[in-house]
Amino acid sequence: MYTFTYERPTSLSDAQRLIDAGGQALAGGQTLLASMKQRLANPEQLVDLSHVADLQGVCQEGSSLVIGAMTRHADVAANALVRQHIPALAELAGQIGDKQIRAMGTLGGSVANYDPAACYPSAVLALDATVHTTKRKLAAADFFQGMYTTALEAGELITAISFPIPAKAAYLKFKQPASRFALVGVFVAKTAGGVRVAVTGAASSGVFRHAGLEAALSQNFTAASAAAVRIDASDLNTDLHASAEYRAHLIGVLTQRAVQHLGA
Amino acid sequence: MRVQFEVNGKSVSIDTAPNTLLVQALRGELQLTGTHVGCDTAQCGACTVLVNGRSIKSCNVLAAQVEGSKITTIEGLAAADGTLHPMQAAFKECHGLQCGFCTSGMVMSAVDLCQRHPNADEAQIREQLEGNLCRCTGYQNIVLAVQQGAAAMKA
Repeated sequence: MYTFTYERPTSLSDAQRLIDAGGQALAGGQTLLASMKQRLANPEQLVDLSHVADLQGVCQEGSSLVIGAMTRHADVAANALVRQHIPALAELAGQIGDKQIRAMGTLGGSVANYDPAACYPSAVLALDATVHTTKRKLAAADFFQGMYTTALEAGELITAISFPIPAKAAYLKFKQPASRFALVGVFVAKTAGGVRVAVTGAASSGVFRHAGLEAALSQNFTAASAAAVRIDASDLNTDLHASAEYRAHLIGVLTQRAVQHLGA
Repeated sequence: MRVQFEVNGKSVSIDTAPNTLLVQALRGELQLTGTHVGCDTAQCGACTVLVNGRSIKSCNVLAAQVEGSKITTIEGLAAADGTLHPMQAAFKECHGLQCGFCTSGMVMSAVDLCQRHPNADEAQIREQLEGNLCRCTGYQNIVLAVQQGAAAMKA
């Protein structure tokens, strides 16, 4: 790999100073290092956030779970609070990539990178989570702006994500078997504000909520209700793995399975 | 830069460049060549080692990232007298390898799997080994070996 410098701050303020000076944040590195090998990214300095204690761990604050940005997928999957209150989120984390990737990859890294087929963004949007950064708090709907594009400004770091605890939720993923990213992933959540359905992997613009499925399931939370919704393929992605029509079909099927999984 | 960590129970301190991958440090600077580089893109799992007991792909991690960690490589599994680790013995007995290139990564991944899921069934073993590819496609005997190794590790 080409030459760069490396810093390992132990406090958020030191990390922020290095990032402000032009350093590139290194979370788990599972996307970034691979991108650097391919010269898709070429930072001059990496700022490893893994020794910043403030960015780690899971806690409950009122009716939300707050998960530190540097919490690794394997730790979210195994965390007792997450398994108790948002088991769908633990299951989602436990299905990302493979177990070696899950041992390194982090919540904040995944959400900041915002791959249009990543799993976590669907949970962030479906659960109406709040992204905490070093500058502000952003609603999920404002955070995700398009493929690999978020509201994060230069020098702004995700510190944690706060997930409101839903009445129930399920995440169903149809894997692209080689990459294990979502060919389509559907996160269905029954929340105080109604049913929310977020879809990842299907649109090149990234994660989106499906208004038709949400309306149908808010009225009648059954698989049959979801099955009756027409899924428009016109804004969906066609690539060598699947056509837009196939992805549209998967959105319907996975939503039905998610609802069935929740015992409806 | 100086990076210190523990490999197979021994403290090591290496002076290396920030862009050194963990697998390069292990194979080059520490001469532990049992860990293989297969794809160099974090897909095949041939470079799998344990960091603080968890399997990771050492081609996709910088040496600098494991500062202060405890690393176990394939060289660290057998006893000092050469007695194979139960998982190594199971791979040998079940013929869980063909060309052998993926084997050190498979064994390390299997050891992590069985420490975390001692009662894993066949489906769970296959799911947990998703990050390790065998280009000879010898999965049938690999899964048998992991099942036998899991039983032996519990004994």
